Amino acid sequence: MDSRRGSRFVIDPKIRQVGFVPAGCESENPNASSAVAAIANVDVNPTSDSPSPVMIPPRLADPLPRAAPLPVPSPPPRKHTSVEIPLQGSYNPTDSVLGTSPPFSPASNGRYAGVPSSEGPDLSPSFVSRASSAMEGMSLREDHLGSPSASRFATVGEYAMFKQQQPQQPATAVTKVYASSLPQEPVQSFAPVGKEDSSKPLKERTTKAERRAKQEADREAKRIAKESAGAKVVEGEARASSNVVGKASRAQSQKKDSASEKRLSAVEKASEKEKKKEIPAPRMQFDDQSRVAKAKKRALIEQTETKHRVELFRHLPQFVYGAQLPSLEAKFFHDDAMHPHPAVYQVGLQYLTGDITGGNARCIAMLSAFKELIKDYCTPRERTLIRDLTARVNNNVSFLTTCRPLCISMGNAIRFLKTRIAKLQLTLSESDAKSLIIAEIDRFMQEKINYADNEITKLAVTKIKDGDVILTYGSSCVVETIILHAFSLGKKFRVVIVDSRPKLEGKGLLRRLLGRGISCTYSHINAVTYIIQEVNKVFLGASSILSNGTVYSRVGSASVAMVANAFHVPVMICCETYKFHERVQLDSICFNELGDPDALVKIPGRKGLSELEGWSQSSHLKLLNLMYDVMPADYVSMIITELGMVPPTSVPVILREYRKDPIL
Amino acid sequence: MARAMPELQLAISDFLLKLQRRQIEGSFDSAKHTVLLLRQVIVQHRASHSGQASSFIDAVKTVGARLVAASPIELAVGNVVRRVLHIIREEEVSIANNTEDEGETTFDSDDNNNSDDDGLPVLSAAVLAAANRNVLRAPSLHNLLESAVIPAVAIVSSSSAGDSEERSRSSEKNSKGWKLKHSIIEGINELLEDINNNHAQIAEQALEHIHQNEVILTLGHSRTLLQFLREAKKKRSFEVFVAEGAPRYLGHTLAKELAALNLQTTLITDSAVFAMMSRVDMVIIGAHAVMANGGVIAPTGLHMVALAARRHAVPFVVLAGMYKLCPLYPHNPYVLVNEMKSLSQILEHEESMEYIDAALNVPDLLAMNPSFDYIPPELVSLFITDMGGHNPSYIYRLVAEYYSPEDHSLE
Repeated sequence: MDSRRGSRFVIDPKIRQVGFVPAGCESENPNASSAVAAIANVDVNPTSDSPSPVMIPPRLADPLPRAAPLPVPSPPPRKHTSVEIPLQGSYNPTDSVLGTSPPFSPASNGRYAGVPSSEGPDLSPSFVSRASSAMEGMSLREDHLGSPSASRFATVGEYAMFKQQQPQQPATAVTKVYASSLPQEPVQSFAPVGKEDSSKPLKERTTKAERRAKQEADREAKRIAKESAGAKVVEGEARASSNVVGKASRAQSQKKDSASEKRLSAVEKASEKEKKKEIPAPRMQFDDQSRVAKAKKRALIEQTETKHRVELFRHLPQFVYGAQLPSLEAKFFHDDAMHPHPAVYQVGLQYLTGDITGGNARCIAMLSAFKELIKDYCTPRERTLIRDLTARVNNNVSFLTTCRPLCISMGNAIRFLKTRIAKLQLTLSESDAKSLIIAEIDRFMQEKINYADNEITKLAVTKIKDGDVILTYGSSCVVETIILHAFSLGKKFRVVIVDSRPKLEGKGLLRRLLGRGISCTYSHINAVTYIIQEVNKVFLGASSILSNGTVYSRVGSASVAMVANAFHVPVMICCETYKFHERVQLDSICFNELGDPDALVKIPGRKGLSELEGWSQSSHLKLLNLMYDVMPADYVSMIITELGMVPPTSVPVILREYRKDPIL
Repeated sequence: MARAMPELQLAISDFLLKLQRRQIEGSFDSAKHTVLLLRQVIVQHRASHSGQASSFIDAVKTVGARLVAASPIELAVGNVVRRVLHIIREEEVSIANNTEDEGETTFDSDDNNNSDDDGLPVLSAAVLAAANRNVLRAPSLHNLLESAVIPAVAIVSSSSAGDSEERSRSSEKNSKGWKLKHSIIEGINELLEDINNNHAQIAEQALEHIHQNEVILTLGHSRTLLQFLREAKKKRSFEVFVAEGAPRYLGHTLAKELAALNLQTTLITDSAVFAMMSRVDMVIIGAHAVMANGGVIAPTGLHMVALAARRHAVPFVVLAGMYKLCPLYPHNPYVLVNEMKSLSQILEHEESMEYIDAALNVPDLLAMNPSFDYIPPELVSLFITDMGGHNPSYIYRLVAEYYSPEDHSLE
């Protein structure tokens, strides 16, 4: 789904060449009546060398005739406004409102004069950039400038989702209106152009608008970073309230000195924005038709939806498992700008085939692949490393997502990586920047994963005493190191490995532990109520711990914890803090990952045909292979992290206190 | 009699072997076979004239004890043996009372022997009525309260009747003995019918418990449950989640059967039970046996399901025919009412060998594969039996109704 965004980056430099608005344009005149006229009006900027400014009239039938007779307060002749207007439903509702209520509309423009961005001797003609494209410009700028904010999305996919979401809302678009100082011009020119516009193919317009918008965005980004951030907030605020008329009336009072006021409010809003950043973005919901359609357009490859969807999980992707492999292979040799780096490609396939499983292993594999990617990376001409590399990383991440949905730890690692890239100083040379980032990745792997595991092992080993019977579920690498370490310290204990279908990961652990000479008991999850009676400690790994203390882990962990709790056996969760996440979740339905349903058909060790052979023939039979579940916090006696042993209620504290640390 | 009836002995030893080899498994099959076998025992049993009923009881007890010993985990076998014993005692009482009605002599002898018991003449009418009702197999609270009296009277009457009759009328005794045998066989036939029909009778209640669009979760496979859901499906449409029930994976079979009934069926792994429970309206399972305290012996994994249901406040409903009702109280049921199945069901042989080989200093490897879970009564919301729905706390009363306290121990 990121592909389109990626391609936008590719055409980026071109845009920058197309100079349109001179630097340092400032609007002093929030005089908006002309701007309103300008909404309808389109004129070719004589000073611009861009092929033609985008001329997009409101999508509504024609507000033009109404706009024409607007009283135009005469502005100082040489000044013109450049008004950034975040409009509510810019093209349909707002415009009509603006159009139909002449007294308000100028005011509303004044109100929205967010960032005065152009002022100068040149007479910029009135021109309206198409809102959506302007929006894309905005999002681009957001990428560039506010990559911390971008990085708050756990996954790129989510980030992209967030992006998609914006245009859906009525007011997402930011319209830039360059009001002409010459009132008669618009009146003359708008009508034919408007007609022409409506007949023109939409696509072409969009691209022009896009370029234009990007140009704008770039400029603003470079020069008035803070202000633009504030403007974004204004935009967000504008989006939030839906009553346009109300705003317009409010705006009327603010007609004067709106620019200074805006600046003030921008500062306030900036801090608000900071706060907002902490709230995780909503996830992609796969039952949202329009967004799925959009995501599909951006997807690297097309995935076929399975016919046997489980209704309860419509909001999760239910693709035919493994079907993406051939199309990925086909894609691989396409010399596409967005095709994944070979190392990433390899890791992705390993995810797909299940060769790499487990949060830590997947995370390390991914980061190592990204290291390769960065080593091989060289900035294309006329692009900046920061933005191009971020785009590259995004592409690769979306490839990985295609192979298998990211786990939360990977999301956190990607977020870290992107923050690092975004924080690179522009003055750094390419090789310096690359080595810096590689060093950062190494540090992350060392500090957050390896050292953290060591620390957890040290802490957890103190909980193992002679004669203990320790139960673990599935195969967690941290728990395995703990057991091995405790054994190497000469502690005498027994390990109970509880396993479950279809992955039977416990068998691998059983083999490794037996190989080390540790006495083991092996059992199925159904027998856990039997076996728990001889167990006195339960150690479990986790995929993630959410900020309400729930443990998001391999499916079945919650059952084991529940049984342990019922039999009064302490449950200890071993988890590195980099896996913690701000999200909250109450049940295992709302967010999860679905595995291959066909994995349930074959029963290991049973000869002959399975009962379920040909299950797909029946339209009533569904197979559900859930991958994770959510363990309520009250089953957890203790969470062992590298920062110490904490109760589950302390998870939000750790998130708050330690995430301030710039390392993450 | 052992020497007299070789074919009966053959049948008994054949059934014993099948039980021992676990070729007959499951409450339903074992109960049905047991009833058939016991009927054969009664039919072929030539009671000595003295103490006819007690000789029947002895015969059934000896065979029953052997059957129970052959497969102690099949609690239904013991239950059925006790039910047959109970039938014998009941029939005896009713016949004794009938004869009391007919001839004064028996009544006199009773009176003579129990002269200290003043209330008996008054009581006997009630006992007769109760016995008749018992024969008709219509339980009521009234019936229950009286049934406690019956065994005591039965013993008294049997011994006294035996004594008196032996002395006086031998010709009448033959007809009476034939009558007893006949009614016992009739009672056993009724029991057999009950066992055969219990699925249908439980299924009849399905509509009272399942509403439209309900989401039901179950684990493993149960014939009763299948019929129950089939009956409900005739009128309502609902959704079923079936956990596969490792290591036997009978859930696969059930899921397939339910899908064939056009029920919306989703097969899930056992580990996903907790995750799915938050969207489930009711858990319905078939039991292996119901203990006298209301605890349930059920296939492994169901304790976990019951705990998850409790956690999410989902009703946990147990379907059980009355023949699954065991008069024993569980003591350490996880160990004593359980059976370890083959390790190869969870670890393939080659695999475990490989693990052992891989280990240099040969640590011990255990693989636990118990076949049953014990679900404590507090986790059960409702029992649906062929005699209606009951609370777990009421089960002990049903036990009192269907079993004689003397039979609880078969030795």
